[in-house]
Amino acid sequence: MKSRNDTGWSPYVAGALSGLVSIFAVVTADKFLGASTTFVKTAGMLEQAVAPERVSALAYFIKEVPKIDWQWMFVVGIFFGSLIAALLSRSFQWKAVPDMWSERFGASVPKRAVVAFFGGIVAIFGARLADGCPSGHGLSGSLQLAASGLIALVCFFIGGMIMTRILYGGGGRR
Amino acid sequence: MNLLLNGLITGIMFGFLLQKGRVLRYDKQLGALRLKDMTIVKFMLSSILVAMVGVYLLKDMGLVNLQVKATIVGAQVVGGLIFGIGWALLGYCPGTQMGALGEGRWDAVWGILGMLTGSAIFAEAYPALQKTVLTWGVFGKITVPQVIGINHWPVIIVFVMGGLLLFRWLELKKL
Repeated sequence: MKSRNDTGWSPYVAGALSGLVSIFAVVTADKFLGASTTFVKTAGMLEQAVAPERVSALAYFIKEVPKIDWQWMFVVGIFFGSLIAALLSRSFQWKAVPDMWSERFGASVPKRAVVAFFGGIVAIFGARLADGCPSGHGLSGSLQLAASGLIALVCFFIGGMIMTRILYGGGGRR
Repeated sequence: MNLLLNGLITGIMFGFLLQKGRVLRYDKQLGALRLKDMTIVKFMLSSILVAMVGVYLLKDMGLVNLQVKATIVGAQVVGGLIFGIGWALLGYCPGTQMGALGEGRWDAVWGILGMLTGSAIFAEAYPALQKTVLTWGVFGKITVPQVIGINHWPVIIVFVMGGLLLFRWLELKKL
């Protein structure tokens, strides 16, 4: 399975360094890492283009004003950081369907697209209800020992493991 | 303006490390949920423990402030479980899908479109949620040390020791 020469860094080293990035953000910008609010703000900006009255009528867009802020730039930065790392290490690879997915569900691009799209809808709804995602609650909440962050992180994994069992079955421990 | 540039630079550093840690992949995210490949758990927990020690040290020195999110048990439990279901279907989370796209895994585009759609749906549902789930178990901005009623350092030491033991166990089990 791991035929490509594509080992990367130890997840402990990369993870620990990313912890230093968290500290950097708090010290230099007074910001904790997070990602999911950016999708709300972007959706709000797009919706403003077609139905501005609707956006100004919604309480959630008054709470999360649709504009480009620190976190929005952070999320865009993740794309570029990954792109740079992938190009420098020659591990950039166009891929429409993940390996594990195609082993289980086949190589159909539309099938993957429909499930991924639906998964995105469900995931962001849950993240906004919980008031955070694996970045905002999982990393930033947990590192502050916030009760909210630790509860959410545990529930992310429980929900994920239940759904994974439905998708992939339980007997697959090879 | 400066703050926006800071966000971009922070994101680039974070995305670079996510890619180096190989945690941006569907196979790695589902691997963890299937309890077969704990790469993302190692990455996340290493990140959390380093930042926990650093941020609390700086806080004690009066250099930084915490920004604890309010605990609403209903929101975090129901929202967390719903997020988990979507996460398992998509195989990326909001931040990692941007990085996944950066390394060419363009099925992340479907996730991004889904999340923009889902955000618009959430904004419509928000008033109803405010009257229901968001009122279940409201505790405010609390941390674990505050709940137990002790200083934060014993708690941090327990987390670090527990994390290191977990890492050792994962390596022994070759997960």
